[in-house]
Amino acid sequence: MARVRLANLRHSYRPQPQNDADWAVKRLDLEWANGSANALLGPSGCGKTTLLNIISGLLRPTEGAVQFDQRDVTALPPDERNIAQVFQFPVVYDTMTVYENLAFPLRNRHMAPGAVDRRVREIASLLDLGPMLEQRAAGLTADGKQKISLGRGLVREDVNVIMFDEPLTVIDPHLKWRLRGKLKELHQRVGTTMIYVTHDQTEALTFADQVIVMNEGTVVQAGTPVELFERPRHTFVGHFIGSPGMNVLPATFVDGVARFAGHPVALASMPKPPASAKRLELGVRPEFVHFDTDGIPVKVVRVRDGGRYRIVETECDAVTIRLLVGEGQQLPRNTAHLRFDPQFTQLYADGWIAS
Amino acid sequence: MSTKTPNQKAWWLVLPVVVLVAFNAVLPLMTVVNYSVQETFGENVFFFEGVKWFEQILHSKRFHESLQRQLLYTAIVLAIEVPLGVAIALAMPRRGPWVSVCLVLMAMPLLIPWNVVGAMWNIIALPDIGLLGRTLNAMGIEYNFTRQPFAAWSTLIAMDVWHWTSLVVLLAYAGLSAIPDAYYQAAKIDGASRWAVFKFIQLPKMRRVLTIAILLRFMDSFMIYTEAIVVTGGGPGNSTTLLSIDLVKIALGQFDLGPAAAMSLIYFLIILLLSWVFYTVMTRDEAN
Repeated sequence: MARVRLANLRHSYRPQPQNDADWAVKRLDLEWANGSANALLGPSGCGKTTLLNIISGLLRPTEGAVQFDQRDVTALPPDERNIAQVFQFPVVYDTMTVYENLAFPLRNRHMAPGAVDRRVREIASLLDLGPMLEQRAAGLTADGKQKISLGRGLVREDVNVIMFDEPLTVIDPHLKWRLRGKLKELHQRVGTTMIYVTHDQTEALTFADQVIVMNEGTVVQAGTPVELFERPRHTFVGHFIGSPGMNVLPATFVDGVARFAGHPVALASMPKPPASAKRLELGVRPEFVHFDTDGIPVKVVRVRDGGRYRIVETECDAVTIRLLVGEGQQLPRNTAHLRFDPQFTQLYADGWIAS
Repeated sequence: MSTKTPNQKAWWLVLPVVVLVAFNAVLPLMTVVNYSVQETFGENVFFFEGVKWFEQILHSKRFHESLQRQLLYTAIVLAIEVPLGVAIALAMPRRGPWVSVCLVLMAMPLLIPWNVVGAMWNIIALPDIGLLGRTLNAMGIEYNFTRQPFAAWSTLIAMDVWHWTSLVVLLAYAGLSAIPDAYYQAAKIDGASRWAVFKFIQLPKMRRVLTIAILLRFMDSFMIYTEAIVVTGGGPGNSTTLLSIDLVKIALGQFDLGPAAAMSLIYFLIILLLSWVFYTVMTRDEAN
């Protein structure tokens, strides 16, 4: 177990990075607390896997350092960092049995046979692999194989950090739910620092206490799931997290009043957008938009069923505003008025929060 | 279940292939079968002899000796080419500009016609003027492949290794290239040794291509004719008279069409049987 810190780090896959676009991971400084459950969330190509490989030692960062507790491990190879990693696609040793697969990392470190046996059986029962311990790993289904990969990641007790690189990609949806819960439960039991990389917001938000959202090689926001939801620091986070994503509306800000299409919008705190800002926007999640007797006049365009609620699409000044309306609630026809929760409405300047 | 009326017209599409195979495989094979049960005289006079030629071949000391030589030759060739090919494939770069250079260099011997390979090695091995032969003799090693059986064998095997190891290399390299990086990364994190990586990742992943490589090398080396006849002509004495060389001697040297046909069929069945054994043994584990 360890506190993981990336100090003043950046990385490029090119030998001589010239401009901003050459950096796969732009300069950042991150810290994961000892024993925490973390997620790295972002779209494909945002640099999250690069970051993971830097922590595990498969990649050496172009600049900056990787620290486990106080120790600088930047120059150490993966096997000397004492970490575990689970990959996106199952990695199993085909010629071995399930048991031998799970025992492999322990035997390579010369653990006593009795201890190996105890640990392998414990992990196997945790992942419901018990009945197939003596089977050849090659014969298992994709999710069976991925469970072995997970097991090999979890089997060593003394690791500094366990990393998961989109581990549930190949798993069937109904099993995903169970494994996700398992991982969470596992973290609570073993208490190892864990970093979970994914592009799936549900996976990130259910697993982690602390989520880091990345886009184009930069950290856009680091916070708890609630913070990411209620107060996105960047419009990207608003879009990326939530279904449907946050409404982002073109806005003006004159004399301390934010306006959308000429209509004043109330905000809980006084925003301070920089004078140089080229683009001002208001962000409000569909969950915090309500029909009201007066406010912003809109036209109701479309209603979609979202299960326990309905997603209502309205339009004002050719800008789409979505809101969620609970089942059984009366829907206005054609025209209506909208009110935004001031507490959850933010002003963004060039994409970044200005509230 | 589908209740569609089967459309039999598709058979017509297969017809050209059937005709082609009939002309280049079935008919010649049946001709050989025909010869193998008859005694041939001049002017196309034939007498039915039953299985006499088969009995004669199976009991002939000459056939036993050729077969033993052939088995030994193939065993040595496989024992050298397969491990060597895998070792070279492992040593080749996985990415970068040198990949294509290596691949072209490796493919080169495979592109040379067999009789040219034979001629090249014949000349290079000549004890008086050949580069190899002269150098060896100058170093004090007595070497003359037209007089010493051991020298003749060494030359043939060196030639085969030079000509065909590349095939194993290319197939093994293809197998290695298909292994995703994640396997190597996982092995690193699991603390696996270099030998463990080879044993548990590379070798199992190369299994299929190695099966193909071993089968191809087995069949080809078991049927080797051109290169050997050009270099040694089966000599000195009969020391390098492999099965195919012996067969041609009987068929075209002595014009014993009946025994030669019987021997061809036995030869063919041996290859078929051994290929089947190889294949079954090597794919056995995959089935269960």
